[in-house]
Amino acid sequence: MKAYKKKVLVQNTITYALVIASYLLIQALIAGDLINSLLKGLLVPLCIYVILAVSLNLTVGILGELSLGHAGFMCVGAFAGAFFNQMMEPSLPSDQLRFLIALFVGAAVAAAFGILIGIPVLRLKGDYLAIVTLAFGEIIKNVINVLYVGVDSRGIHLSFKDVASLGLEESGRVIIKGAQGITGTPKTATFTIGIILVLITLFIVLNMIHSRTGRAIMAIRDNRIAAESVGIDITKYKLMAFSVSAALAGVAGVLYAHNLATLAATPKNFGYNMSITILVFVVMGGIGSIRGSIIAAVVLTLLPEMLRGLNDYRMLIYAVVLIVMMLLTSSPRAIEMRERFFAFRKTGKKGA
Amino acid sequence: MAMLEVKNISISFGGLKAVDDFNITIEKGQLYGLIGPNGAGKTTIFNLLTGVYKPDCGRILLDGQDITGHKTAAINRAGIARTFQNIRLFKDLSVLDNVKVGLHNHYRYSTLAGIFRLPSYRKAEKDMDERAMELLKVFDLDREFAYKASNLPYGKQRKLEIARAMATDPKLLLLDEPAAGMNPNETAELMNTIRFVRDHFDMTILLIEHDMKLVSGICERLTVLNFGHMLAEGPTGEVLNDPQVIAAYLGE
Ligand SMILES: Nc1ncnc2c1ncn2[C@@H]1O[C@H](COP(=O)(O)OP(=O)(O)OP(=O)(O)O)[C@@H](O)[C@H]1O
Ligand SMILES: [Mg+2]
Repeated sequence: MKAYKKKVLVQNTITYALVIASYLLIQALIAGDLINSLLKGLLVPLCIYVILAVSLNLTVGILGELSLGHAGFMCVGAFAGAFFNQMMEPSLPSDQLRFLIALFVGAAVAAAFGILIGIPVLRLKGDYLAIVTLAFGEIIKNVINVLYVGVDSRGIHLSFKDVASLGLEESGRVIIKGAQGITGTPKTATFTIGIILVLITLFIVLNMIHSRTGRAIMAIRDNRIAAESVGIDITKYKLMAFSVSAALAGVAGVLYAHNLATLAATPKNFGYNMSITILVFVVMGGIGSIRGSIIAAVVLTLLPEMLRGLNDYRMLIYAVVLIVMMLLTSSPRAIEMRERFFAFRKTGKKGA
Repeated sequence: MAMLEVKNISISFGGLKAVDDFNITIEKGQLYGLIGPNGAGKTTIFNLLTGVYKPDCGRILLDGQDITGHKTAAINRAGIARTFQNIRLFKDLSVLDNVKVGLHNHYRYSTLAGIFRLPSYRKAEKDMDERAMELLKVFDLDREFAYKASNLPYGKQRKLEIARAMATDPKLLLLDEPAAGMNPNETAELMNTIRFVRDHFDMTILLIEHDMKLVSGICERLTVLNFGHMLAEGPTGEVLNDPQVIAAYLGE
């Protein structure tokens, strides 16, 4: 029993250690001026991708439901967080403090959308979630592109037409300007903050998996009928997993919004392609493997950049890496070999 | 008061009357058998009792409480646990975790307590581990507690399903063909286990089984089902010698 417990502990510790070690290594490289500015610019996005991949894995790998709209939750979080930041600027002068609260706001708004979508859809038996999340991701992006929001002394004003129809007072400010989005959010996000958020995400997801809640969620994934037969409230736990997943995507969105001067909802950052990219990280890292999601997100983000010099061969190499990763993380033979390589399993089985 | 009282339940699928006017009364502590040819409607009755299907008419009383039309999870919390004819384990979870999912409603702490590893989490998990290991020992599965459920041999998978059902601390245990696919040695051992569960936990058990040796060996009463209808009901010895039952089910 002790050895079994220890195995889980060791596995989780390796995951945290991997993140912390990478952070220290990069800090050392930065201190030694051994890192180019292109790579430096990728550090915060890397944290964002890792948070997105880990949180999506909660829905896809742990709950076993397909979501094709993860970027939609990121989008909602980004706009909610950036909006909050700008709205509170006059009353809360500290950028850091506003950013901190914005993280909670973004998470809460994204979670609310998750619950809103989840309540009708997760009740249904079948793969409806994929369709609905796909639609949600596209719709939310289009809605934000025609959304105008301003504040004045009377409160928040909303319009789907133009700035004029907001009817703001003289002293009012327009914060969300349709397709132009939100401009002028302070660039408060740093690599260190990104890593802290990655660690918090890991803490939440890993601890949740290894608790009563996580067991219920995985039981539903493995066999819904059997889970019901032992008294598990299916809708409650599906909703729990899905909304936590959405909330963490929202956090990634807030981080994203505070890493750019201009936040606009384009097909590139919040579209269908982004949702699929995150899903690719999850699948390539091995569905259900949190550490795999982290590694896949990092490797598959860095790789295209590293290969820039190779021009013609770039996509070829990328494709080969995808195939190799897929084989390594999904083929039974490879998994068996990997498990034998890391002999933790054995000690777990023998010690009672 | 009877532990289970089923009054006149029926269900049809399209034109097929799968269960027609079914009645049963099971007393507390009884070991009761439900037998009949393939397609007679036995599993359908389990599905009706556990809320997988809702009966078209009739009532189901568990320990005096009307559970007709309730949801499956609520019925389990009211006190019915079951196993499945085609094994349904949480295949990627460990043997231990399969049983701990069964304990879910008896050892509570909030999701936040779980994430932040609060004292309530530590205490409940420790108690759950102890209780789960106790149960696994009863079913001789304690040495395999760390195995993935799908890596257990077939006979042990069937036992794990019973252990998981028992973890929910039911008043009534439903076993759907527990000996299916077992060799005679495994079946004999299973008979002892079922008897032990009944005696040790003072459990009321209703089981479906085709293995007549098991049925005549451990069941005190039987109901025979044929094409959705009740063919016979009574003490095991009498029912098995009923000429109608012999003609319809037992054969030459
Ligand atoms: N969901 C369903 N939809 C349609 N028909 C069904 C459904 N469930 C069961 N049936 C039908 O009801 C009848 C009874 O099936 P059931 O599974 O209860 O039989 P059984 O007595 O358990 O048989 P076996 O000994 O083979 O397990 C069969 O004809 C089956 O095809
Ligand atoms: Mg059956």
